[in-house]
Amino acid sequence: MSAVRQVDVLVVGAGPAGLTAAATLAARGAGRIEVLERERTPGGAPRTCAHGGFGSWRRPLTGPRLARELAEAAVRAGAVVRTGVTALDWAGPLDLATVGPEGPEILRARAVVLATGARERPRAARLVPGTRPAGVYTTGELQRAVHLHRQPIGTRVVIVGAEDVSYAAADTARRAGAEVVALVTDLPTHRTAPARALDTRLRRGVPLLTGAVVAELLGHGRLSGVRVRHHDGRTAVLPCDTVVFTGDFVPEHELARRGGLVLDPRTRGPAVDGALRTSRPGVFAAGNLLHAVERAATAAREGALAAAAVTAALAAAGPGAGTAAGPGAPRPDGVPLTVDPPLRWITPSRVTPADALPYTLRTASRLTRPLLEITQGGRVLHRQRVRGAAAGRSLTLPAHWTHRVDPAGGPVRVAVR
Amino acid sequence: MTVVTTGGPLPPQPYDVAVVGAGVVGSAIARALARHPRLRVALVEAQDDVGQGTSKANTAILHTGFDAVPGSLEARLVREGARLLTAYAAESGIPVERVGALLVAWDREQLATLPRLAGKAARNDCHDTRLLGPAELYAREPHLGPGALGALHVPGESIVCPWTTTLAYATQAVRNGVHLHLECRVEQAARRDGVHELTTTRGTLRAHRLVNAAGLHADTLDRRLGLDDFTVTPRRGQLIVYDKFARSLVRHILLPVPTALGKGVLVAPTVHGNVLLGPTAEDLDDKRATGSTADGLAALREQGRRVLPALLDEEVTAVYAGLRAATGHEDYRVRAHPAQGLVTVGGIRSTGLTASLALAEHTLDLLRETGLDPGPARDLEPVRMPNLGEAFPRPYQRADLIAADPSYGTLVCHCERVSLGEIRDALAGPVPPRSLDGLRRRTRARAGRCQGFHCGAAVRALFEAGRRDAAPAPGAPAEAGGT
Repeated sequence: MSAVRQVDVLVVGAGPAGLTAAATLAARGAGRIEVLERERTPGGAPRTCAHGGFGSWRRPLTGPRLARELAEAAVRAGAVVRTGVTALDWAGPLDLATVGPEGPEILRARAVVLATGARERPRAARLVPGTRPAGVYTTGELQRAVHLHRQPIGTRVVIVGAEDVSYAAADTARRAGAEVVALVTDLPTHRTAPARALDTRLRRGVPLLTGAVVAELLGHGRLSGVRVRHHDGRTAVLPCDTVVFTGDFVPEHELARRGGLVLDPRTRGPAVDGALRTSRPGVFAAGNLLHAVERAATAAREGALAAAAVTAALAAAGPGAGTAAGPGAPRPDGVPLTVDPPLRWITPSRVTPADALPYTLRTASRLTRPLLEITQGGRVLHRQRVRGAAAGRSLTLPAHWTHRVDPAGGPVRVAVR
Repeated sequence: MTVVTTGGPLPPQPYDVAVVGAGVVGSAIARALARHPRLRVALVEAQDDVGQGTSKANTAILHTGFDAVPGSLEARLVREGARLLTAYAAESGIPVERVGALLVAWDREQLATLPRLAGKAARNDCHDTRLLGPAELYAREPHLGPGALGALHVPGESIVCPWTTTLAYATQAVRNGVHLHLECRVEQAARRDGVHELTTTRGTLRAHRLVNAAGLHADTLDRRLGLDDFTVTPRRGQLIVYDKFARSLVRHILLPVPTALGKGVLVAPTVHGNVLLGPTAEDLDDKRATGSTADGLAALREQGRRVLPALLDEEVTAVYAGLRAATGHEDYRVRAHPAQGLVTVGGIRSTGLTASLALAEHTLDLLRETGLDPGPARDLEPVRMPNLGEAFPRPYQRADLIAADPSYGTLVCHCERVSLGEIRDALAGPVPPRSLDGLRRRTRARAGRCQGFHCGAAVRALFEAGRRDAAPAPGAPAEAGGT
């Protein structure tokens, strides 16, 4: 039986959300803040993104630089960041069983912040048939292979997908010395900035196959090609030795599910309310665990908001180690917040009148300056025109209407007018 | 001094016995021969690892043999093999879980068949089967789809790790003097003055006696030796592996009631903590057609949806296809050919995993019929295999192990919780992996839901570093395993 060690707040995952939460909590004097990271270095996904596009427009950063700065900020604020330590499972309402090179340990916290991030669904989960050759990647594996381990990845690469991450994968493959044969998407067009798509197609000479799916992988031992099927049924074989499945992110929700936390059926991340509280008292969630992939800045913002909510919960529970925030601070009920098509999901997905956190929504088809209408039981709470978004991209809805929500009034819906 | 080669010349002096095919059956036979220290034995494999053919891609079930054809060789060897493998697994650390099977009847006709199947089971010496009504069935399997009318419970059916089993046999064989020659495809066979001369991709291998355990290619090898007993028709089985979150949905091996068309599609837990759905059954003529198909996967999902509707909501971790060596006969095709100094072990279907140890004993008897005097026998030092099963403590769960060596607490593959120590041990093993797939079968690294998103590059780095550190075998291919 492992000994139980008490901390104040346990943060699981040292990506932008977890590190920002930890830095904020430590700066607020929330006690002993411990961040568990199962990888050997902190920083999360940005660590593997050697390209720029992180930070702010004033102070642009590469991914690895952002990762380093976030980790340093957390440590400087007084949080303990422990790498190479895995949170295995729950050992009590706010207890986590962990293991690392120093052996097993049970950590008991007054509050837990889950910030375990997201991953791309691999070939098998997408049910792409064919043989099982070497040379099949997700962007995540590709980036680690190229940027962290300097491994050769092949010579001719097909990229499945045509969104930002797909173009990043194409850049990574080219940087590793490979030729990108094509990007393949089943959508009618790409989902990245037009300039980027044009640059890739014209200057780099990479064709974009739209309305097409990779229907079969070919080859024994090493990949020899992919069979592409167009919507009209025509098929063609693209010879290649590497294929990268990009996008289609899913929350890394193992710990959330093991704990029996209620999940949002649309995002498959834990269902949270406007204070990022999960269904288990004292357990909060932030970052890409909530909604699969959003920008590092969004994840960091959620980390900061989770920290504020944790601070409030700890204050309500009163001082002193050994007192869990959970039992002292039951989650206000709130009401479910749902979306109508073409919106795909919204997070947080519960709302209380006190909520002030902006909402993140994703749409299934392109919306140009949509008018969002928020209703409860037929009563219009709010109408607002927001910045548009392409399919698979998110838009933001401010929360200044939540005080109109009737806590006993049933679900609140968001629709596009 | 163990001998495992992947390149370079083969020893010129003839072996007493050469076993062709290092699948689960060939490896079991090599292990049985290793008990006789006077024998010089070679285990010859075309691919770069043991168990790379049919053996790696089966349904991973340790059968009771309840539904075999009574009186057949298969029925006897499965029955004996199940007992032998159960004992061997306990000794060697091969994960086995006795979860039991339920043959679920979905209509009146199937329900009416169950008592007959119970009778057949009894004739196969399986006396503990029991008929269940719907209430008890649903109590046992609460997530079963609606409409089941009853089931036959076969408590002895178990699940086993097929990769560890093959590797345990091969490891024990190699440790006890068997020469394992990998990447050594037999292309010609001739017999001169009572000695077999196998022309392989790595030169000539000589042996006084030959065991043909070449699986899908057993008919080809037989023909090269002038025999024409049977033809192997590859029968493809596609399978879907569901994520570990599906494991709580199913407690038994859920079998359909067999029909004239075959045993049908099952839903079964795996010892690695996943759920299997499959296999399809498609007769093909291409022995390399190990791909999955869109139609096959769609059909499996359709059948899985009826048996366990919630299964379809879970993520798929892996899809694979295996080829069974169907021969058009109802039984194994195992025969001694004394004039040719040959024993053919052909037509071994999915029950071969269960029957492997009994098949090995039987093959030794048949070798004696060819005039082989194996000489005195010894008991082999037991092997202890790393545990890949979820029902037993894995290294990361063992404080004692981590205290002695912190690398067992350092997780590399997070989905499957594979530690640095296990990967290091596998790379240093007597039969080391030659590819990342081989490493996966030894450790489960990269076998999980992320399929390498998180750990793939790190595992590859460890694998490639491990290969660089290992003393290179003469003529070993310089190329790394790739991903």
